[in-house]
Amino acid sequence: MGFAFNGAIEQGLLFAIMALGVYLTFRILNFPDMTVDGSFALGGALAAKLIIEGTNPLLATLLAMVAGAVAGIFTGVLSTKGKINGLLAGILTMIALYSINLRIMEQANLPLLREDTLYTMVKGWELPDLAIAGTTLLSGEALVFLLLVAVVIALVVWFLHTDFGLDLRATGDNPTMIRSFGANTDGTTIMGLAIANAMVAASGSLVAQYQGFADVGMGIGMIVIGLASVIVGEVLFGSSTILRAAIAVVLGSVVYRLVIMLALQAGLEASDMKLITAVIVIIALTLPNVLKGVWKKTTQTKGGGTHA
Amino acid sequence: MLKVSQVRKVFNEGTVNEKIALQRIDLHLAPGDFVTVIGSNGAGKSTLMNVISGGIIPDQGQITIDGKEVTKLGEHQRASLIGRVFQDPTAGTAPNMTIEENLAIALGRGAGRRFALGVNKQKRELFREQLRLLDQGLEDRLKTKVGFLSGGQRQALSLLMATFTKPKILLLDEHTAALDPKRAQLIVDLTEKVVEQNKLTTLMVTHNMEQALNMGNRLLMLHNGTIILDIPQEQKKQMSTQDLLRAFEQARGGEAFAEDRYILT
Ligand SMILES: Nc1ncnc2c1ncn2[C@@H]1O[C@H](COP(=O)(O)OP(=O)(O)OP(=O)(O)O)[C@@H](O)[C@H]1O
Ligand SMILES: [Mg+2]
Repeated sequence: MGFAFNGAIEQGLLFAIMALGVYLTFRILNFPDMTVDGSFALGGALAAKLIIEGTNPLLATLLAMVAGAVAGIFTGVLSTKGKINGLLAGILTMIALYSINLRIMEQANLPLLREDTLYTMVKGWELPDLAIAGTTLLSGEALVFLLLVAVVIALVVWFLHTDFGLDLRATGDNPTMIRSFGANTDGTTIMGLAIANAMVAASGSLVAQYQGFADVGMGIGMIVIGLASVIVGEVLFGSSTILRAAIAVVLGSVVYRLVIMLALQAGLEASDMKLITAVIVIIALTLPNVLKGVWKKTTQTKGGGTHA
Repeated sequence: MLKVSQVRKVFNEGTVNEKIALQRIDLHLAPGDFVTVIGSNGAGKSTLMNVISGGIIPDQGQITIDGKEVTKLGEHQRASLIGRVFQDPTAGTAPNMTIEENLAIALGRGAGRRFALGVNKQKRELFREQLRLLDQGLEDRLKTKVGFLSGGQRQALSLLMATFTKPKILLLDEHTAALDPKRAQLIVDLTEKVVEQNKLTTLMVTHNMEQALNMGNRLLMLHNGTIILDIPQEQKKQMSTQDLLRAFEQARGGEAFAEDRYILT
C-alpha cells in the first residue's frame, strides 16, 4: 500500500502541471483544446531524445516547454486566423504531433536507463520522507514535486491577475466586451494556448524522466485525464477564486491517481484505466446535477455569457 | 470629432438575402455633441454603431475619429477612441470576473497590455471613488463577481467602464431598453451626468421618443439605412413626440411611423 500510495501522490503532482494547463484552456480561455495529447507526448519525446544526446536535463525540459508552446501557437493560429473550429484545430495539431513525435524519437519507445535526469538528480539528494507515526505521507521526492507545483500555482495565479491575465480571462468570459476594450482576442487566445501547452509539455517531459522512458503513446487520453482532474478538483474543493481553483485542480489530479491506484488494487487491469477515467469524468460531471436535483428540483442556470 | 462619409454596408450582397443596412450615410459630430438616434426596426442604427466601433467594416466610405482615419481598423485597434454600452446588460462586462477586475480592464484600455498586477491599492481607491458616483453601493463590493449584479447595476458599471478613460466617442445602443422603467431612468440620469462631466461626444440609440427629445443636443432619425431627419437643438427643444411623428411622415411622404415598440409618452 505505502509504495503504491507514494507513487500515486508523486504522479498526481507531476500530472497536475498538465491538468493546470488544461484548466487554463478549458476553464479560463473557454477553448476545448485537444492539442494536449500531442503536446504531452511531445514534451516527453523531445526531453528524452535531448537527454540521451547529452543535453542537460533542465535545458531539455525547458526546450520541451518551448516545443509545447509552439504546438499551442499552431492550434491557436489555426483556430483564430484560419477560422477552423477550435476543437478540430486541436485535433489536427494532435494528429500531426503523433508523426512528429515519432520523427523525434525515431522509435516508439525511448528508455532513459542510466541517463542523468531531473528525477535521478532529485533522487540523488536523498531527502528524508515526511512520515508521521511510521507511515510515510510524502516521499522526499514528492516534497520536491509539491514545491515545484506550488511554484507553478503561484506563477499561474499571479499571471492571471496581471493586466494581460485579466485580458486572457475576459477573452474566455466575454470576448465582445474585451475587444471593445482594446484587447486582441486572437492574440490572447494564441498566447493562452501557448502557455497551456508549454505546461503540458513540461509535465510530459517530467513524467518521462520520472518513469524512465518516453513512449509515443504516452499522451493518449491525456486530455480526458486532465479534464478529470479539473472537474474532480472543482467538484470536491471548489473554484470560487483562481487560487482556489488552481489548488483544486492539483488536488483533483492527486485524487484521480489515488482512485486509479485503488482500482488497480481492487484487481482491475492497467488496460482498464481508460475506462475508469471515463467513468470518473462522467460521475464528476453528472453527480453535482443529480445531487442538485435531489436537494431541490430547480433548474440550473448559468449567469452571463457571450454575445455577438 | 466624428466624421462618417458616404458609408455603405450591404449584408449578403448578391444573394437572395441581400440587405442594404446602410445606404449612404454622411454624419458629422462636433466635439461635445450628444446625438440621439431613433428609427424603426432594421433601420440600420446598430449597423451604424458597429461600423463606427469597428465590429463591421463598411463596403464603401470613410470614418474618421478625432482626425484619425479608422475605416479599416479592427475593433481592438480603435478601442482607445471609443466607449461602448450595449443593450444587453450582460454584454459589457465579464460575469465571472470581479467588479474591480472589470474596472481594471476598462482602465487599461489603450494603455498597452502589461505584466503588472491588474488591480493594486492605488487603483482600488480610484475604483471606489468612481463607483460611489453610481450610487449603487458597488464601492463596497469590489471583489464581487459581476455575474451576481442586477441588470441595472451591470449597466451602470458598463457605463462607468465605457467612459473611464474619456473616449473620443461614446456609443450607446439602446442601453436602457432591457431595464425596468425605474432602473432605466437611473441609467438615463447617470448617462447625462457622465456625458456632461466628461464632455463626451455621444451617439445614443433609443426607442424612447421622449428620451430622444429630452436628451442631447441633436436628434437623428434613420430609415432604411438613410438619415431621414436631422433635428438641431433649438428645433428639438420645442418638439413633442407628435411633432416628431409628423416630421417622420413628411420625410417619408405620408408613410406612417409603424412601430409598436416605440414609447410615445
Ligand atoms: N450580420 C448581419 N447579417 C445580415 N444582415 C444583417 C446583419 N446585421 C444586420 N443585418 C440587417 O441589416 C438591417 C439593419 O440592422 P440593424 O441591426 O442595424 O437595425 P437596427 O436599426 O439596429 O434595428 P433594431 O431597432 O431592431 O435594433 C436589418 O435588416 C438586419 O436584418
Ligand atoms: Mg439595433
